[in-house]
Amino acid sequence: MTPAATTFHLPHHVVHRHTTSEPPAVRRLLIGVALVFLSLFLFLPLVFVFVQAFAKGIGFYFETLRDPNALSAIKLTLTAAAIAVPLNCVFGVCAAWAIAKFDFPGKNVLLTLIDLPFSVSPVISGLIYVLVFGAQGWLGLYLSADNPKFPWLQNFLVEHDFKIIFAVPGIVLATIFVTFPFVARELIPLMHAQGRSEEEAARVLGASGWQTFWRVTLPNIKWGLLYGVILCNARAMGEFGAVSVVSGKIRGQTNTIPLHIEALYDDYNFTGAFAVASLLAFLALVTLGLKTWVEHKNAQLNEPEKLP
Amino acid sequence: MSNRRSRPKKIRVLPGFKLTLGFTLFYLGLIVLIPLAAVFWKTSTLTWPQFWQTITMPTAVASYKLTFGASFFAALVNVVFGLIVAWVLVRYEFFGKKIVDALVDLPFALPTAVAGITLAALYSDHGWVGQMLAPLGIKVANTQIGVFIALTFIGLPFIVRTVQPILEDLDPELEEAASSLGANRWQIFCRVILPMLAPALLTGFALAFARALGEYGSVIFIAGNIPMKTQITPVIIMGELDMFDYAKATAIAVVMLVVSFALLLGINVLQWWTNRHNTTNLA
Repeated sequence: MTPAATTFHLPHHVVHRHTTSEPPAVRRLLIGVALVFLSLFLFLPLVFVFVQAFAKGIGFYFETLRDPNALSAIKLTLTAAAIAVPLNCVFGVCAAWAIAKFDFPGKNVLLTLIDLPFSVSPVISGLIYVLVFGAQGWLGLYLSADNPKFPWLQNFLVEHDFKIIFAVPGIVLATIFVTFPFVARELIPLMHAQGRSEEEAARVLGASGWQTFWRVTLPNIKWGLLYGVILCNARAMGEFGAVSVVSGKIRGQTNTIPLHIEALYDDYNFTGAFAVASLLAFLALVTLGLKTWVEHKNAQLNEPEKLP
Repeated sequence: MSNRRSRPKKIRVLPGFKLTLGFTLFYLGLIVLIPLAAVFWKTSTLTWPQFWQTITMPTAVASYKLTFGASFFAALVNVVFGLIVAWVLVRYEFFGKKIVDALVDLPFALPTAVAGITLAALYSDHGWVGQMLAPLGIKVANTQIGVFIALTFIGLPFIVRTVQPILEDLDPELEEAASSLGANRWQIFCRVILPMLAPALLTGFALAFARALGEYGSVIFIAGNIPMKTQITPVIIMGELDMFDYAKATAIAVVMLVVSFALLLGINVLQWWTNRHNTTNLA
């Protein structure tokens, strides 16, 4: 057989047209169905939030946001996120370092346990802290015990009115729980894929452990880390179910932004509820924008490695 | 050479294993495992008949039916439309595709309370969508359909984001081969593409279903929480908590946790299967 016969191909576009695509009418239909479905379920609600938020004019909008209860809710949400996100960030880096760079038995079990908070209903995430720290929980039983183990500790806690549930610490704990896996689950596959050869090379060349981490590992994982932090922060600021169990919903004191939205909605102040909700909807849009940008950056970072 | 040194100890070049693993286990125990253990501790204060009576009370049973049913159908609808969305995003070009792609994650990013009040207002009798459905005799707000709508909203990204990467990596040669052997486009889709997407679709379905079971914020506003009719299981737990009946709330929470953990196990097996399936395709 001649070489020409074995290398004969149909022109590429001909093959392409018939085998890997649909007739134009089907294409248009599918695109139409997808867009109608997404418009109804995603775009319409998004537009609706902003339209409703300004339904009573821009004056009412800013009046709602300047309300002391709203300001206190914003402050509490920022505080909870400012504690929860860095803690889970440190945890995520530690967990990823241990799991991705070393081999040890029980790794898969550990991975599953780290993912646990994602499969627990938000209401239950709040409930577990009530059971530990609530009046009928371990802490409550200890505080009301007649013969406690460390009487000085009980005295100290009672004297200082130590409260976790229906107070700020409970809100922070519940926020930490629901955002627990975000950073770790972004970093573990990333660091696993990068392997340990670069770090080992740095060590052999005399770098200390910290130098290796700051100069080799961190630049490699920075986009993944940022991605995890963005997702973690969005959830931390928006958490509703878990926080609503532990907060006690005292206006101006233990209401976060989502709880303040619920309070306004229950008061039939719909425009007010949507005005505050527009803050979180805006945060969601910023999150999606950053996420897309980081994904783009990450693709750029990985491209040169794929080329050769 | 002494006997002890004959088995070489594995040398770790990288430092920090004990420190990082130690902190990981400590933090995991403190934040997740000990508090979760409290659920089982609290349940043990109930006797077995008390526990059984609590988890089988009529309002709870009605809530299980609603939660499971609505979650199941929402995940099912998302499998169909999620596949279409993923397909369109991977295979076709159209105006605004990048924005659409980014917005698919909106249900992940939008806080559930915001989604909840928005859907409730949109589908109320005077809302933009509700007033169009009212003449048709369809009532969404304060009905079980409302629960279904909220859970569909929540579940969409799970299917799209599990199917999308698999669809992107599909080898076009397989479709070309099927075509050259005489298959038409529909046959290729059903016999070649769909079987390869099946594990991903099933994983996406399971993820969306698992998320829907525990969902709270986006459902409660549109559902209206009418006992025996539109109360989902997390609302039942919340109701017991409001009455400070922690033992009852915990008993129902145990039911949910057991189901969630079983699903988590199933999803892990599915994902392992998906990965194996894909590597076999590549080989």
